[in-house]
Amino acid sequence: MSHDHNSGPNRRKVLECMTWAGTGVLWTLTGGVPRSLGIVDEAVAAEQKGFTFLQISDSHMGFDKPANPNAKGTLQEAIDRVKALPARPSFMVHTGDISHLSKASEFDDADQIISQAKLDVHYVPGEHDIIDEDQGKLYRERYGRGTKGPGYYSFDANGVHFIGLVNVVDLKAGGLGNLGDEQLEWLEKDVKGRSASQPVVVFAHIPLWTVYPQWGWGTQDGERALGYLKKFGSLTVLNGHIHQVMQKVEGNVTFHTARSTAFPQPAPGTAPSPGPMKVEDAKLRSMLGIASVTFKQNEQRLAIIDSPLQS
Amino acid sequence: MITRRQCAILALTLPFAASVPRSARAEDAEVHIDNFTFEPAKLTVKAGTKVKWTNRDDIPHTVVSTNRSFRSKPMDTDGTFEFTFMAPGTYDYFCSLHPHMKATVVVE
Repeated sequence: MSHDHNSGPNRRKVLECMTWAGTGVLWTLTGGVPRSLGIVDEAVAAEQKGFTFLQISDSHMGFDKPANPNAKGTLQEAIDRVKALPARPSFMVHTGDISHLSKASEFDDADQIISQAKLDVHYVPGEHDIIDEDQGKLYRERYGRGTKGPGYYSFDANGVHFIGLVNVVDLKAGGLGNLGDEQLEWLEKDVKGRSASQPVVVFAHIPLWTVYPQWGWGTQDGERALGYLKKFGSLTVLNGHIHQVMQKVEGNVTFHTARSTAFPQPAPGTAPSPGPMKVEDAKLRSMLGIASVTFKQNEQRLAIIDSPLQS
Repeated sequence: MITRRQCAILALTLPFAASVPRSARAEDAEVHIDNFTFEPAKLTVKAGTKVKWTNRDDIPHTVVSTNRSFRSKPMDTDGTFEFTFMAPGTYDYFCSLHPHMKATVVVE
């Protein structure tokens, strides 16, 4: 992949041509209130970046229902866009539901397409990834090396501490997403002794905050996790699962959910169920996509840009 | 001596007579999954009833007893799961993928 370090206008043009412009949102943590900037500012902000990674989510390889009969094709389109980015991101995080039914062939398809980006990918499982006979064995064999329990772990990159959590295991009747005591104890130890000035990014499949409990969109012990993390001046929580962009800023915590590359789901409460939403063919790609997250060095500031496959 | 007509009536009624013991057996029952909902949410059956679940959503679901007395594999669209309830009692179950989906089978 070639890197294009051309001057502003060219880069701006590239961004426009890729239809990223006008669709992204750039906002800061500093004031605690998100502030949308325009197209030009977005491009400039992207130029000033120090460190960018991508979030991809809910690939659902194997899904072939009317909401999108070709989930493989739209994942390929998303990865083609990643390959065409003028500046290479540092790595990707995948926030789960790689597969639809935890089949080896589905994981194979995902790997075959996602690997074309030639980026390291840090995975956490979604509930669709652990429904094989042995409840997650296939996932752990492929993606769980060096992780604990069902697949949680942490790592550092460019001064940022990343924590991948698993909240899709051992779900209780009537409950929401679940982290469990063992993982929470590990989390408490993981962040103990770390400087509060270190930026932290947490990623997990189901939203850690309560989006819409009637549809199970939340994590029942998410508050306890956030309690261990609240000391950090910059905390970003990235989730998937709900197949739509949703964001909330609460003090120094930024919550964000990414689009799926497979199919959209309805906004909370706007449909009889959270099932796959069939939209006009022409509209589908505007509701699928990925996100990029940029940290500016020496500033507790981050920018999340959600990019649909088509605006 | 019986008439031919009586013979015919006997022939017609015999199979029904023979089926009397079988009619004591519980009839099968069905639960459908539509829009992330088990329908009926509360199913009451006689002991010995075979219950069949059918997933009519575009997303997989499971049927998992809260006391682990039964557990289905993931059922994709139109997938089914059957379980025969032998012992009377109240069986709460849920979908392990979408745990807000809850329902009950009462066996009398």
